[in-house]
Amino acid sequence: MMDIVYTIWLRNIKRYLRSKSRIVGSLGMPLFFLLVLGFGLNSIVEIHGSKQGYMDFIVPGIIAMTVMFTSVFSGIQVIWDKQFGFLKETLVAPVSRLEIMLGQTLGGATTAFIQGFIILVISIFIGSAHHTTISGFLIASVFMVLIGLSFTAFGIAIASKMEDMHGFQLIMNFVIFPIFGLSGALFPIDSLPRWLQSLTLVDPLTYGVEGIRYGLAGASVINPFMGFVVMAGFTLATVALGTILFRKTGI
Amino acid sequence: MIEVENLTKKFDDHVAVDNISFTIERGEIFGLLGPNGAGKTTTISMLATLLKPTSGTARVNGFDIMTHEDEVRKSIGIVFQDPSLDEELTAYENMDFHGRLYRIPGNVRQRRIADLLSLVELEDRKNSLVKTFSGGMRRRLEIARALLHEPKVFFLDEPTLGLDPQTRNHIWEYIERLNKEKEITIILTTHYMDEADRLCDRVAIIDRGRIIALDTPEKLKEGIGGDVVTLESRDIKGLYMQLSKSAWVEHIEPHDGFITLTLHNAERHIAEIVRLSATNGIDIDSISIHKPTLEDVFLRLTGRTIRAEEADIRDRMRMMHRLHHGR
Repeated sequence: MMDIVYTIWLRNIKRYLRSKSRIVGSLGMPLFFLLVLGFGLNSIVEIHGSKQGYMDFIVPGIIAMTVMFTSVFSGIQVIWDKQFGFLKETLVAPVSRLEIMLGQTLGGATTAFIQGFIILVISIFIGSAHHTTISGFLIASVFMVLIGLSFTAFGIAIASKMEDMHGFQLIMNFVIFPIFGLSGALFPIDSLPRWLQSLTLVDPLTYGVEGIRYGLAGASVINPFMGFVVMAGFTLATVALGTILFRKTGI
Repeated sequence: MIEVENLTKKFDDHVAVDNISFTIERGEIFGLLGPNGAGKTTTISMLATLLKPTSGTARVNGFDIMTHEDEVRKSIGIVFQDPSLDEELTAYENMDFHGRLYRIPGNVRQRRIADLLSLVELEDRKNSLVKTFSGGMRRRLEIARALLHEPKVFFLDEPTLGLDPQTRNHIWEYIERLNKEKEITIILTTHYMDEADRLCDRVAIIDRGRIIALDTPEKLKEGIGGDVVTLESRDIKGLYMQLSKSAWVEHIEPHDGFITLTLHNAERHIAEIVRLSATNGIDIDSISIHKPTLEDVFLRLTGRTIRAEEADIRDRMRMMHRLHHGR
C-alpha cells in the first residue's frame, strides 16, 4: 500500500521541484497581498482589541491562502494527467484507486506546505512572527498540513468531475475565491455583522486560518482545539469524497 | 491466451462493440483491423480492464476480466493510442515509476530498465526529459515501459499512428522480435492494411463494432479470388452494364467514382476492357491492376474503403500535434 502511495508522491515532488517557474510564479500573488495589504494598511488599520499590527494579522491568512491555492491547483492537475494520457498509465496498473488518490493527496499537500513555508520564512524576514515559540510554529504547521491535505483532496474531487480545464475559471470564481474571501484571512471575523459571521463559520478555511494565527500570534478568535477538530473532520470528509469521485472517474 | 465471448459495449444508445467473440493462441500476433470508430480501442480497453463491458465476458491469460482485474493487469502490457508518458520526467524516471507501480524489486527493476532501454535504443537518452523526445522515441519508450513487468500479453493500440515510414519499420521490427524472442502474445489494432498484413498471424476485420471476417491475411486475400482491377470513370453505370456481361469477370462492384473487378490473369483482359469501353463510348480515366490487399477484402465486405476514413484521422493528428507543441 505505502510503496504505491510513495511512488505517486515521489512523482509529484519531482515534478514540483523541476518546475522552478511555477514555484516562483505561484508565490507572486501571496507576496503581492502580503506586501501591498500588509505595508499599505499597517499604519491605518488597527485590529480591535489587539496590539498587533495589520501586517502581523494577515500573515497567517496569506500563509493559509498560499497553501490552499497550491493544493487546489495540484489536485486539479489530475485533469492534465487525464488530458495528456498519463492517468491511463496509473489506472491500468494493478494498484487501487485509493492508493493513487492518497499518493496524489500527499504529494499535493507536501508541495503546498513547502509553498506556505516559504511565505512564512519571508514573513519572518519582513518582521513578522518574531515572538513565536517553537511549539507555536508546530501548531501552525499542523494546520498548514491539514489545509494542504483537505484542499488537494477537494481539488481531486473537482477534477474527477471535470472533463477538461474549461470549468476551471468557474470553480475559481465561485468556489475557491469565496472560500478564501470569507475565511477571515484578511479581516477579524469577530468584528463582522452577525449574518456575515455565520457565513465565515461554515467556511472550513476559517478554522485553518485561525489555527495558524493561534500558532504564530498566540491568540485567535476560534479555540484552536475546536479548529483542529473541524479541520481534521473536513480533511477526512474531502479525502473520502475525493476517493469516491476519483474511483468513478473514467479515462 | 485470450478468449472473448459475446463481448458488447454500449455507450448510451450507441453500440461501440457488438457481440464479438474470438480466441487468441499463445504466441500469436493478432490484429484488429478496421477504420477509426470501428470499436477496436473499446475492445482493447475492455480486455485491459479499463472499461466494463455492458455484457459478455473475456479471459486474459486465464483470468476473467470482470472478477480478476488485478491478475489481468499483471498479465498485460499496453501501449495506448494516445501518448501516456509524463513529459516532465526523464525516460528513466518514467520507467522507474512504472516498475514501482508494478512492485518490481529495486535491483531487478534497474537491470530490466537498462536492458529494455538498450533494446529500444534509448539508453543514451535515459536522463533526458521526455518532452525533448520525438514521436518515434516516445513510442519506443512506451513499448519498453509496457514490457518492464514482463507481461504475457501485449496490447498495442495503433502503435505506428502518426509516425514516419522509417520509424514505422523500426517499430515493426521490435514487435516481431518481441514476439519471437520473448514469445509474447501480441494484439495490435491498426487501420493500416500493410501493417496488419506484414505483422499479423491472424486478422479480425472489424467494422461498426462487429467482426466481419477473421482469418490469416493470406486466406482473407485469397477469398477475393483473383486479381483486382480498379477503373476510374465518370460513367460508372455504363461501364458496369458492359463489364458485368463478360464471363471472365469473377466479381464486379460499382462505387462512387470507381469500379472494382476481380478476375484471373487480369493482364490478359486489360485490352478487352479498354476495347469494350471504347466501342461503347465510355471514357476510362485510369486503370490499375494489383494483387488483392486487405483493403480489397474490407471493401468487398463493407462496400467502403478504409482510406475514406483517413482524412478524419489526419485532422485528429493535427489537433494532437497542436496540443503537444503549441502549449
